[in-house]
Amino acid sequence: MTTETPSHTLVVRVENKPGVLARVAGLFARRGFNIVSLAVAPTENTLFSRLTIVVDAESAPLEQVVKQLDKLINVVDIRELAPAESIARELILVTVQVKDGQEDRVMKNVETFEANILSVGPQKIMVSLSGNVDQVDKFEASLEEFGIIEIQRTGTIALANIDNI
Amino acid sequence: MKTNGGKALMKNLEAEGVEILFGLPGGAILPAYDPLIDSSMRHILVRHEQGAGHMAEGYAHATGKPGVAMVTSGPAATNMVTPLADAMLDSVPLVCITGQVASGAIGSDAFQECDTTGITMAVTKHNFLVTEASEIPQVIHDAFHIATTGRPGPVLIDIPKDLVDPNNPASQFEDYDPTGHNLPGYNPITEPDPLKIQEAVELILRSERPVIYSGGGILKARAATQLRELAELLDVHVVTTLMNRGGFPDNHPLALGMPGMHGNYTAVTVLQEADLLITLGARFDDRVTGRLDGFAPDAKIIHADIDPAEFNKVRFADVSIQGDVGKTITEMISALNQLQQTREHPDRSEWKSRISGWKERFPLVYDEWETGEGLKPQYVIEQLRDLTPDDTIVASGVGQHQMWASQFWHFNHPYTWINSGGLGTMGFAVPAAIGAKAGVPDRMVWAIDGDGCFQMTNQELVTARIENLPVKIAILNNGYLGMVRQWQELFYDERYSEVHLQSDLPDYKMLAESMGCVGIRVESPEEVQPAIEEANEINDRPVVIDFRTEASENVYPMVPAGKSNSDVIVHPSQGTP
Repeated sequence: MTTETPSHTLVVRVENKPGVLARVAGLFARRGFNIVSLAVAPTENTLFSRLTIVVDAESAPLEQVVKQLDKLINVVDIRELAPAESIARELILVTVQVKDGQEDRVMKNVETFEANILSVGPQKIMVSLSGNVDQVDKFEASLEEFGIIEIQRTGTIALANIDNI
Repeated sequence: MKTNGGKALMKNLEAEGVEILFGLPGGAILPAYDPLIDSSMRHILVRHEQGAGHMAEGYAHATGKPGVAMVTSGPAATNMVTPLADAMLDSVPLVCITGQVASGAIGSDAFQECDTTGITMAVTKHNFLVTEASEIPQVIHDAFHIATTGRPGPVLIDIPKDLVDPNNPASQFEDYDPTGHNLPGYNPITEPDPLKIQEAVELILRSERPVIYSGGGILKARAATQLRELAELLDVHVVTTLMNRGGFPDNHPLALGMPGMHGNYTAVTVLQEADLLITLGARFDDRVTGRLDGFAPDAKIIHADIDPAEFNKVRFADVSIQGDVGKTITEMISALNQLQQTREHPDRSEWKSRISGWKERFPLVYDEWETGEGLKPQYVIEQLRDLTPDDTIVASGVGQHQMWASQFWHFNHPYTWINSGGLGTMGFAVPAAIGAKAGVPDRMVWAIDGDGCFQMTNQELVTARIENLPVKIAILNNGYLGMVRQWQELFYDERYSEVHLQSDLPDYKMLAESMGCVGIRVESPEEVQPAIEEANEINDRPVVIDFRTEASENVYPMVPAGKSNSDVIVHPSQGTP
């Protein structure tokens, strides 16, 4: 899904205050900016949280998205991370059906993508993979034919390259 | 020294220089009203919370100081949503304090509980939910800072009841005076970039057909003097948007008045034909631009604004200058003074003569009154204008009367025009006029209102009478939701749907009298002047004049919705441009 939408990745540092996520989400909703994915967690400094927002590039000009975000009082700073100057990762957890006779093919996929097996049950298996969005997309696609029982992706998180900080 | 939340609220409002609170008490804010008795601040008790909000706006418009409103939780807070949205769109500095149910009851669907900060998030510059009483001094200090700096706007502070209740231990804390602000994400840039100033000045000096497009930011930045200096230095004409009426004197030879959907022909056309718009504190509102792809097709754009999010939002800016618009103009003037001696700009005499040609050919006009017709609303406004002091403050509602007031009044001083531009809030005029009068009691304050608008908020005339705020209200009573009627006439084949209000109900004269005001009815042109003169003499109570105006009168010029400004329709007697 993510690879098909032209997108921008924004990392946004916000004050760690109640309601900040609602302010960001509300702004996107009322101005018609589409969010592809959003991940949020506190930083090493408990006063601040860090969001990685992947924005649908076609829903609004990036300049407007950034400037409107910056008007939120609790938003401290915003940086766009271009793919070439950053590293982005996403984690996927997925439980897949394993029907009789399909064990080998499921396991081959898991091995090819170097995914982790988290839990094994009768006729199902839970696996995880962390990687770039493209890898995660392909891994997810490779499991679809077996039947996905439950799936959760975290959305992208990203950091600037070490020499780009 | 120990204090409590309620006392601290009053003390810190006073410390911010608040002189007047507009409000109405209720359950959750009740403990805060007790220390108010001992406060130096004047409280104006409104009859509806929306009135408190618009009064605070009118006060802010007239004085330049932040307006302050205080109401209770739940329905009072939701009644405040409209004034907050109004202040948000028109960048009015406002601080609104709402009571909230006690901390422990939040989220339980308690009596008169609503998620005030959630509801008002989209209509405030920022809002706060106080979680500890000790935050109150700092939050008030921050709220006033946010409301009044950068691009001004409304800030709401929601305070749970227990935190202001002196009998509750949760309200007790060690008193302190807040110093500074811990707002790491809020650093408005006010100083313009000198390189951008230089680029702008280069464009100005090269342009053949420049015009200054000035907006409400001029008034917010208190930059009317600088604007005039720039216009005179450049000898360039100025259009003043609805939000900047008064920001450049209408009696100045370079003044072109209001552009936009109901702007005068010259102000509309000068933007269309210009090769450079010097945009100062304006935001390319759709009511100014008309159909965007047809707006000012040949113009380069200089855009100066305190809010960088306005750049390239609607129209690409060739040069954008972030900063206080007053400082920006001052810097432009000094850069021009340095350059102009060595540089010659193109001959602009043809441009000027085109402008004077438009002014001559398409002035604002209306038909002569004929026997049997209702009063001409434009005539009533002209009479009001000519019979009142030059610095009279005019507040207006929203609709035809607003457009006629903006067109036919001569605004020669800043801060004499108070209206709801962005949100278009019907019912704004009466409370806004009262708030203005409270802030500037020595000035004459007239509201020019429509009968539809007046019926939305007139109950505040009781407030005005009791609080001794003798405003004067001119109702242009055509018995219709006039602007909607006009659109139905012109664009819906005269199929009038739910726009007739009836001129006789209510009886506006009796309604005014029942609220302790003087009520006057005017039905014929010869009664207009005596009625206005009578009203001008009354200073001990509000006056309402019910002017019976002609329902079929339309506002011209007009740019139909979805059309380019080049398709402006002028008054039928002036033909097709």
